[in-house]
Amino acid sequence: MKPSLLWVAAFGAVLILLPQVIGSAYYVNLCSQILIAAILASSLNILVGFGGLTSLGHAAYAGTAAYFTVYLSAHAGFGYLAGAVMAVAGTTAMALLFGLLALRASGLGFLMITLALGQILWGIAYRWVSLTGGDNGLGGFTRPQPFGIDLADPAAFYYFALVVFGLALFAIHRFMHSPFGQSLQGTRDQPRRMSALGYNVRSIQLLSFVYAGFWGAVAGLLYAYYHQFVSPHVLHLTTSAETLLMVIAGGAGTLFGPVVGAALVVILKNVASAYIARWMMLLGAVFVAIVLFMPDGLVPGVSRLFRRFRNTRRTAMKNTEPDAAALPPTLGKRSA
Amino acid sequence: MLHRGKALSAALLSTVFLSTLLPPGFASAQSDPIKVGFMTVRSGALSAGGRQMEEGLKLCVDQYGGKMAGRAIEVITADTAGQPAVTKTKAQELVERNGVDVLIGPLAAFEALAIDDYIRQAKIPTISPSAAAEDMTQRKPNPWFVRAVGTSAQPYHPFGEYAAKELGYKKIAVIADDFAFGHEIASGFQRTFEENGGKVVQKLWSPLNTPDYGSYISQIEPDVDAVFAAFAGGNGIKFLQQYNNYGMTTPVLGAMTTVDEGVLKSMGDEAVGVISAGWYSAANSNPGNKEFTEAVRKQYGADPGYYTVGAYMACQFLNNALEKVGGNVEDRDALMKALRSVSIDSGPYGKVSIDDLGQPVMDVTIRKVEKKDGRLQNVVVKTYPATSQFWTYDQKEFLAQPVYSRDYQPAKK
Amino acid sequence: MHFYVMQGLNGLALGALLFILSAGFSLIFGLMRVANLSHGAYFMLGAYVGLTCIDRGYGFWAGVLAGGATVALLGGLVERLILRRLAGRPLQQVLVTLGIAFIIADACIWLWTGDPRPVPVPSGFEGVFRFQGFVFPKYRLFVVAVACALGLALWLLMERTRLGAMIRAGVDDMDMARAMGIRTSVLFTVVFCLGAALAGAGGVLAGPILSVYPGLDSDMLPLALVVVILGGVGSLGGAFLGSFIIGFIYSYGQALLPDLAYVILFLPMVLVLTLRPRGLMGRRTV
Repeated sequence: MKPSLLWVAAFGAVLILLPQVIGSAYYVNLCSQILIAAILASSLNILVGFGGLTSLGHAAYAGTAAYFTVYLSAHAGFGYLAGAVMAVAGTTAMALLFGLLALRASGLGFLMITLALGQILWGIAYRWVSLTGGDNGLGGFTRPQPFGIDLADPAAFYYFALVVFGLALFAIHRFMHSPFGQSLQGTRDQPRRMSALGYNVRSIQLLSFVYAGFWGAVAGLLYAYYHQFVSPHVLHLTTSAETLLMVIAGGAGTLFGPVVGAALVVILKNVASAYIARWMMLLGAVFVAIVLFMPDGLVPGVSRLFRRFRNTRRTAMKNTEPDAAALPPTLGKRSA
Repeated sequence: MLHRGKALSAALLSTVFLSTLLPPGFASAQSDPIKVGFMTVRSGALSAGGRQMEEGLKLCVDQYGGKMAGRAIEVITADTAGQPAVTKTKAQELVERNGVDVLIGPLAAFEALAIDDYIRQAKIPTISPSAAAEDMTQRKPNPWFVRAVGTSAQPYHPFGEYAAKELGYKKIAVIADDFAFGHEIASGFQRTFEENGGKVVQKLWSPLNTPDYGSYISQIEPDVDAVFAAFAGGNGIKFLQQYNNYGMTTPVLGAMTTVDEGVLKSMGDEAVGVISAGWYSAANSNPGNKEFTEAVRKQYGADPGYYTVGAYMACQFLNNALEKVGGNVEDRDALMKALRSVSIDSGPYGKVSIDDLGQPVMDVTIRKVEKKDGRLQNVVVKTYPATSQFWTYDQKEFLAQPVYSRDYQPAKK
Repeated sequence: MHFYVMQGLNGLALGALLFILSAGFSLIFGLMRVANLSHGAYFMLGAYVGLTCIDRGYGFWAGVLAGGATVALLGGLVERLILRRLAGRPLQQVLVTLGIAFIIADACIWLWTGDPRPVPVPSGFEGVFRFQGFVFPKYRLFVVAVACALGLALWLLMERTRLGAMIRAGVDDMDMARAMGIRTSVLFTVVFCLGAALAGAGGVLAGPILSVYPGLDSDMLPLALVVVILGGVGSLGGAFLGSFIIGFIYSYGQALLPDLAYVILFLPMVLVLTLRPRGLMGRRTV
């Protein structure tokens, strides 16, 4: 077993045992929320981390899928499965359209188009009251009971979310290590060379965009099941910004970075705020601190620290060159 | 280091172990403090209202010396950040982790709606100190919910009649925040105003984050008798200042929140003369309100408004109900029943009782902004006593119609 | 007719406001390629500082100066201590500037209680101009004048001064500028302070129209981004043009098509950017 596989197995075991260990329904629910946020952040990571495409409108996919599924299943009389399939399919189709528009530009232009499209969706959700309930949102949604398992139970829902999370992470991991995923990273690092080599940079980016939209929609589905409620806030710019911050803070371009980032933000927002009135300030300070001390994000930063620690122990005293070898290739030198 | 860690976890473990051995309710329930979960907003755009709610609640709890019906009151405060998803998590935290006996909050209607289902599931008595969404006590009543404030439209049924009959206005333009609260206020006003012979000739809906009302003000038809401006939060300040800047002289009618005491203190002369309606005014001289406003002024240096009085009264409702059940919060059905039959004779609201859907029947006052004692105040001009959320309409017929909305009735040219 | 003239004037005033808001952002982005997402927070902080000055009786103009100076100082610190470590790392810049924005926004609630506050119109500019049945606030005309003066001053600074020449050289080719002996390190700090100062002073100047309230920052930041991107990133002329275009679109659009009130600012931007990704006057894609 490779050490990294060992880590993954240990991580998985911890996640599986978690509800037994914590017991309290509240914390189990919190973990479910982290998983949902982690799926959303991981899907955004496909664009930000692997594709070098900084999107500030990723809430659009989660939000749209959430609205679709609540509307279809609770208000238009479709079943859960039909509602879910249509929601994900519809949202993925929307991602295709958005991708076609947004990928006309790159860098800050790309960021702005994604932001603008997100704001437009938010405006629609807010204004189209007859369909969306306006700022009051849509409620009256209950969790499904697939195979007789009642997802209203916190632990059951947690495992449901965990399965989806595992699938998402595995799928994204495989995607990134497929030749296609490699070519996406190629478009990030060497767009000119890639097109010179005959790759169609735009189509690679577009397909990845749609793929990210798909997993964003899946996260939105879970969001709707979890909260049993959807309102324009899920589409708001703050949700997109938070998701982006999760990715960057945890470590863009790493598999587990967005997961750690999601845990950080969800915990600070929901737990720290119970003890610290000025938790927003704390959240901001944490972000600044991460940039100052671990500019590539928590996961690369911590693993570097870990490696440095091991190196110093191994080389004991005779060490002269510190950790130049341990430095991973910098992630920052892309897309100026 | 290691040793200390071990000792600590051993201690922790044994406590957990012991506590599972003890029978539930071992420490006699009646002497335990009553836990009140308080959902407010401390960060983001709604934080001013959230702070005022905290002040109102604290004042009330302090006035009772931290004890109600012989039991200590423990308030556990949660910051919902004004976001529905966080509100839900916080409600769960308060109920499931902190084990609160009753909830007070949240602030905004969209937050309250986000936890509507949860309140039912958890069967947790909830007192709303602010959220005014009509349907929560109308077409979709929640048996575990009672409101300590008016519904969005409650004061504007009498106000529409007042504007038509007593002010003699015939044509009015409406401008309101484009969200459910604004829609409901405007519709309630329009309904009675038009039933009494007036006409709303124009309805402008400005997004909540409108940077500049100039382009709306320019659209107001020049021949209207008055402008009914329904705003919440800081938008009233912005609108009235810009309205004044544009040299507009058409009289302004306001919603309760347009010239709420919480923002009125920051306003200038542009607010003078604005007539509004509400279920509370700090300047009301009814017995019980004087002591309340004086206490708030002494403690916090400002007049109480919508949020302060809402939370204060939510706490008074709780006290009233606790007295009835002898402090026994463990019987939630009885507590809820008591909350649903709160009846208070004097206090900031004057006389108040609760209808069968959990909504207060209370005095509605028509107020006019005047400068008195060196500060702007909502001086009471007229009182409509014991006003129900259904006004003079038949409850059944009222509920048979759809809830007030942006498209309730179009403006009539 | 009356309607179109009035909304035209409103659009002009809003455009001026938007230029005051976004000039600093454009300046910083143009030279440093830093998308300063704390810009909205700088704007709000400036407004609060200015308001405190006015409350203390120092008057509006002192408030403008104080707001500008305070935020310039803060901006300088941020640039020296944090941002310069992150040159060429846009993701890290997004994270850190948003983090700073959170801190500032929350600190403002802490320090200034979160009560929404109006900023009084400075004496001499109260009241309205009346002309042939048209009525328009004097202060808004003043804001239009300020925006034009600011645009001109920045143009002169860029085209006619040594500093401007250095900045232009930096924008066009940073390495070349450095090779020619321009001290880019100092230059960056100066430009960042200047951009921050414009944000802070702009917050106070916009105060009599926008007032000051928690959330002003996040209401304004997307507007600044829209203006700058639409006009063409890093082009002050583009930002100027973009501001007024947005001002007009907003004022006519929300009146003529009220159902589109929420998308009226973003729809045109999507159109422009998909057709012309570099923005209206941008020189190159970023």
